Amino acid sequence: MTDMKLRVLIAKPGLDGHDRGAKVVARALRDAGMEVIYTGIRQTPDMIAEAALQEDVDVIGLSILSGAHMELFPRVIDALKSREIDPADVLMFAGGIIPDADIEPLKGMGFRAIFGPGTSTADIIKFVNDWADARPVSA
Amino acid sequence: MAPIEALVEQLLAGNRRALGRVLTQIENDTPAGRRALAALYPRSGNAHTVGLTGSAGSGKSTLTGALAREFRARGRTLGIVAIDPTSPFSHGALLGDRIRMQDLTADPQVFLRSMATRGALGGLAPATSGVVTALDAFGKDIVLIETVGAGQDEVEVAMMADTTVVVLTPGSGDDVQAMKAGIMEIADVLVVNKCDLPNADLLARQLRTIVEASRSGRLTPIVRTASALGEGIGDLADALEEHRTYLGASGVREAHRREQARHQVLALARQRLIDRLVMAQGADGRLDALVEEVAARSLDPHAAADALIGEGR
Repeated sequence: MTDMKLRVLIAKPGLDGHDRGAKVVARALRDAGMEVIYTGIRQTPDMIAEAALQEDVDVIGLSILSGAHMELFPRVIDALKSREIDPADVLMFAGGIIPDADIEPLKGMGFRAIFGPGTSTADIIKFVNDWADARPVSA
Repeated sequence: MAPIEALVEQLLAGNRRALGRVLTQIENDTPAGRRALAALYPRSGNAHTVGLTGSAGSGKSTLTGALAREFRARGRTLGIVAIDPTSPFSHGALLGDRIRMQDLTADPQVFLRSMATRGALGGLAPATSGVVTALDAFGKDIVLIETVGAGQDEVEVAMMADTTVVVLTPGSGDDVQAMKAGIMEIADVLVVNKCDLPNADLLARQLRTIVEASRSGRLTPIVRTASALGEGIGDLADALEEHRTYLGASGVREAHRREQARHQVLALARQRLIDRLVMAQGADGRLDALVEEVAARSLDPHAAADALIGEGR
């Protein structure tokens, strides 16, 4: 029987070691019925893109608190593209400490939502499910 | 989206992105996934498939990672299938095996795929054998299958792997526990992991006694490891390679694979029959009605099963 499941990668690029937010989001998406791959902290852009390739995920959520997002996120996008993964085919979102001024540039890179502190996990679940429902059915 | 035949061709040419995408189709058991498997199956059978099982917390993930590093140092390429449980309530899963194998992610000769059990029993996911077949056909020398933390009779992995490793830890149960049928009997290699802990010697001695008493022919080797410390990993890799050589030289492999093939065909046929039955019955609510009767104790489960498949009543 065909059994489609949303596969989600939750990853923390960079050097900050605080992964409570990432774990809360990972658990919430699991409890919403998704298969969530959590890679742990201190991931390089290449490690994240490689995990996305091997796990063939539908969704990538990045969590960052160090302030290095404008440095690291473009490198994640490049690492995905170098592996023939079109960021437009994947739902990319980010969370953590991200100043308002950076939100538009990040959306321009392909991140479809930025979730700051205080975001309800219900909003993130709805955001992912809405995207999945609107997605064209692939063969 | 490229048609599955093109993806399979890319996979066979060594494209890792294509491999990842084909695995998704196989895992979701789509028509495309079935076509992919049909094309890949004849190209498989060359990899040494190794299943690792043992109770939750016995250190399987760490051991799998350490073993992968050891085999990479010996120049082998690897596929790894790591299985974690699906929640019976939300049907979601948190797959965390990559955490203990982070450094392997950077190595293009290692391909790690996490799978959720999706309701299957026995320590594997329903599509595990298909995923192993694809990694094998891709050309990996060794495919490691790390089961979900298994109990005493979750022996499915032995029906899929060439070599089955059962991982035990000191203090995890007395020798009576170890003598129980099932998980002990499927071991081709026994591992005493966390051998730096107290009572590791005792466990190894108990296992030795059981092994010598119960098996005729090949003695199941007992290897001591402390995977987090990197101890004994070379010995374990040696034991796995010896088992592979033994399978090839003794002719046991052919018999083993025939038995596995029979098991697999019957398991799939059984699943197809049940799917067909439930779909047909579910449509007119007959299954629900039977379930109600059994729950209310007005019908016994045997009679309900007979009624479901159209016998008796």
